[in-house]
Amino acid sequence: MRYLSRSKTDRQAMLDAIGCGSVDDLFADVPKQAFVDGKVDLPDHAGELEVERDLTALAGQNMSAADAPFFLGAGCYHHHIPSTVDYIIQRSEYLTAYTPYQPEIAQGTLTAIFEFQTYIALLTGQDIANASLYDGATAMTEAALMAQRVTKRRNVLLANDIHPEYVDVLTSYMKNYDDVTVRGQDDALDETVACVIVQSPDFFGCPAKHDAWRKKCDEVGALLVVVVTEILSLGLLSAPVQADIVCGEAQSIGLPMSFGGPHLGFFATSQKYLRQIPGRLCGETVDQDGKRSFVLTLNTREQHIRREKATSNICTNQGLCALAFTVHMSLLGEDGFKQLARLNHEAACRFVDAVAAIDGVEVLNEHFFNEVTLQLPVPSKDIVKEMAAQGVIAGLAADGNKLVCAVTEMVTDRDIEVFCNTLQSLIKG
Amino acid sequence: MGAELHMMQDAKDNQMEDSQTEDSQTGPVLNNGTRALRYEEQLLWEREFHDTPGVDLPEPQGMPLRTGDALREDVGLPQVSEPEVLRHFVRLSTLNYSIDHGFFPLGSCTMKHNPRVNEKLARLPGFAHIHPMQEESTVQGALELMYRLQHYLAELTALPGVCLTPAAGAHGELAGMMTIRRAHEAAGENETRKIVLIPDSAHGTNPATAVICGYKVRTIPTKETGRLTQAAFEEALYKTDPDGKDVAGMMVTNPNTCGLFESDIVGIADALHAAGGYFYCDGANFNALVGKVRPGDFGVDVMHINLHKTFSTPHGGGGPGSGPICVTEALEPYLPIPVVEQDINGAYFLAREKSRPETLGKLRGFVGQFGMHVRALAYMLSHGADGLKEVSENAVLNANYILSQLKDDYHVPYDGPCMHECMVTDKLQKGETKDDDVTTLDIAKALVEYGYHPMTTYFPLVLPGTMLIEPTETETKGTLDKFITVMMHIASEVRAGNRDQFHHYPQSAPRRRLDEVKAARHPVLRWSSDQA
Repeated sequence: MRYLSRSKTDRQAMLDAIGCGSVDDLFADVPKQAFVDGKVDLPDHAGELEVERDLTALAGQNMSAADAPFFLGAGCYHHHIPSTVDYIIQRSEYLTAYTPYQPEIAQGTLTAIFEFQTYIALLTGQDIANASLYDGATAMTEAALMAQRVTKRRNVLLANDIHPEYVDVLTSYMKNYDDVTVRGQDDALDETVACVIVQSPDFFGCPAKHDAWRKKCDEVGALLVVVVTEILSLGLLSAPVQADIVCGEAQSIGLPMSFGGPHLGFFATSQKYLRQIPGRLCGETVDQDGKRSFVLTLNTREQHIRREKATSNICTNQGLCALAFTVHMSLLGEDGFKQLARLNHEAACRFVDAVAAIDGVEVLNEHFFNEVTLQLPVPSKDIVKEMAAQGVIAGLAADGNKLVCAVTEMVTDRDIEVFCNTLQSLIKG
Repeated sequence: MGAELHMMQDAKDNQMEDSQTEDSQTGPVLNNGTRALRYEEQLLWEREFHDTPGVDLPEPQGMPLRTGDALREDVGLPQVSEPEVLRHFVRLSTLNYSIDHGFFPLGSCTMKHNPRVNEKLARLPGFAHIHPMQEESTVQGALELMYRLQHYLAELTALPGVCLTPAAGAHGELAGMMTIRRAHEAAGENETRKIVLIPDSAHGTNPATAVICGYKVRTIPTKETGRLTQAAFEEALYKTDPDGKDVAGMMVTNPNTCGLFESDIVGIADALHAAGGYFYCDGANFNALVGKVRPGDFGVDVMHINLHKTFSTPHGGGGPGSGPICVTEALEPYLPIPVVEQDINGAYFLAREKSRPETLGKLRGFVGQFGMHVRALAYMLSHGADGLKEVSENAVLNANYILSQLKDDYHVPYDGPCMHECMVTDKLQKGETKDDDVTTLDIAKALVEYGYHPMTTYFPLVLPGTMLIEPTETETKGTLDKFITVMMHIASEVRAGNRDQFHHYPQSAPRRRLDEVKAARHPVLRWSSDQA
């Protein structure tokens, strides 16, 4: 057991010092019925090589984006991650640190969080941002909860095609309250609505216009929440400055898809809602010598002080994921970030031109960033399955024979060719 | 320009910039105040904007935009080269304390060794570069991994229903309490059961979670003995209804946050169950029990597991965590989705609404913090059934050893034995006047000065000045002895009247004590050009 640091001699010496005969005596308060009878159904311990063999075999059964033309997005994107990012986040000082509760010996983490908050505020065109949340779906739910606190109203209106998983998460949370209705885009926007939620680009890849919604929200006093599931789009599209809250998923910058997590929820808003914002915040101050320092602040919103009066039950952020994002953003810089966004858009443009030439395939988007929706003449579920069998991850099948495809900088012209040829032959079938 | 010349130029620039300020003791502030390996690092926005970024991307072709939007205006991002980025984050890292630096006895947080093989495995392309919405036939290995993790967690807790999706401990709490709420709803009792019982020693997230689920919190006092007593529990249970029918459940951490096992737990769980309530156990302290004691066998109905504590996925400076929940067979239908199941042909699939119509729904996008699932499974396999039992035994032995050595120097409010952590207070370090007190805060900052991360301070809230010390199983006796010596030294200095020094620590850390009031009164949460 290579991680245990106790020798038999030490064990006896410690028991003697404590003054008890055996380790089991230390468990005297535990009822007999709760002890494991014999052994639990786990294998006995294995060495590093055996563990590697076991899990490498499991990894080998999956079709990775590294091995296939890959067009699946829908809130989780395959982007390139510079080597520096992973090197930094594997440094012990970041990887094995705790939440920076002792700021005198945690300025590394704290400074990086402060930079993260600055990046998110700038990208979203908002005043302030928090230190991150679990993921995009929970960030959107936290936005709705915050809007309910701010407006003292209960209902939530979903204004366009929002990621179905995000809607599911919001709906599950709201079921806890008897007085909340989640309304759809055809329902009334009236003075019971706490917030209007708009996703941009929407689930089918179409960038949203915010001015009209801003006006409608102002008429009834609702907050406008803009959800962004592909944060790289903010390098090309205008910042959603019209919004009261901008939140979503930042996995695209610095994090692998990793089968859905860990990812990186972000949350930005106006200065005036400072005390209603959920999650951790890092702020600037000075130490006793007057040196600039950073510290977790405004903790009075949080559950360890407020307990049942807290603004949220969240007591963590996605620390290391936020660091990965911050390192990647630092490498990209102003020019690189915009350039990467542009490259994604151009790859998507080439993809659109290529698939539009296939008989029977229609591209539904007039406008898009790096994700588009195709109308197929055959069931898209079958196409996704059959293309996977031929080694192409084609996208996400949606109702009505639609196929949602993401095209990032990872997609080569050759990948597009393979996609088109495979799709064409299946349609002709 | 040669590298050397370049450095000289940099030095000259910095000197010009810095010479406007002077430190009265050390003269002009050179290089932002950096001395030897103690770095004073500027923010990225405070550096010169390089004309090329730290990436080398192909040139876009200049195709016309099809976004329906104008090209975004300037974002205001800083721009530096790759070596500058690397230096920035390496220098910042030197300001952090971590487990790999040394002993980290942070109570309730289980700061144990993080094996690096787990990092390596989570980065295998077959795990890192797969998408959660891929065809299930193309991700059978990932689903099998989750299935095995579910099975092992069920085995270790004696709670057969497992859902891996919650993203952190507090999220697991929420998932657990919503499972309970859903069960009451299915039984038609949601309207009448509105109260959740929580001891005053609980983590703050417990009451916050109960409220988010729409419940009212009733607090059970535990101050007298540090434990829940049958009498105090029953008083709370029957307070407003003679049969306790208005109680939805209780949220109890066991071992509790004082580091003690709740010795009345079986009787308490029986009374709760008789009243129709469910027992939610906060799994933060599972490291005391893993492989040896099974919570399902002392009456627990729902429990979350912190994979980042008990199963050693790294804390990462505050996340990502992972908080799977384990429930009884009776509660399993109400679990959040998705859950991994196996079909009759042996293929793994994600069970959703269709096969689990009673589910409370989704609580997070996709399947959860999968990268943490990989690490946790690797940790379990490395220890196995035999090793996990030794984990809890050694964790408990280490904590009791520390308690046995410190009990004459520090006030121990509740009789042991303790479990995997021990609680003391600063009562013996009180002075004749308030100014003379050496408080828990002072002791924590003295530990920083002596090269340790402090224990958890001022938690639990049951008594003033609590210190919660959790050594974990991965520390040697030698490490514990050194820490004990330092703790004894602090106590003996206080006894000798050398109190004042403790009000000024730390002196040698990258920062001295911070003005936290200023941070909260005048919040500055981001860099902006007008503050520069």
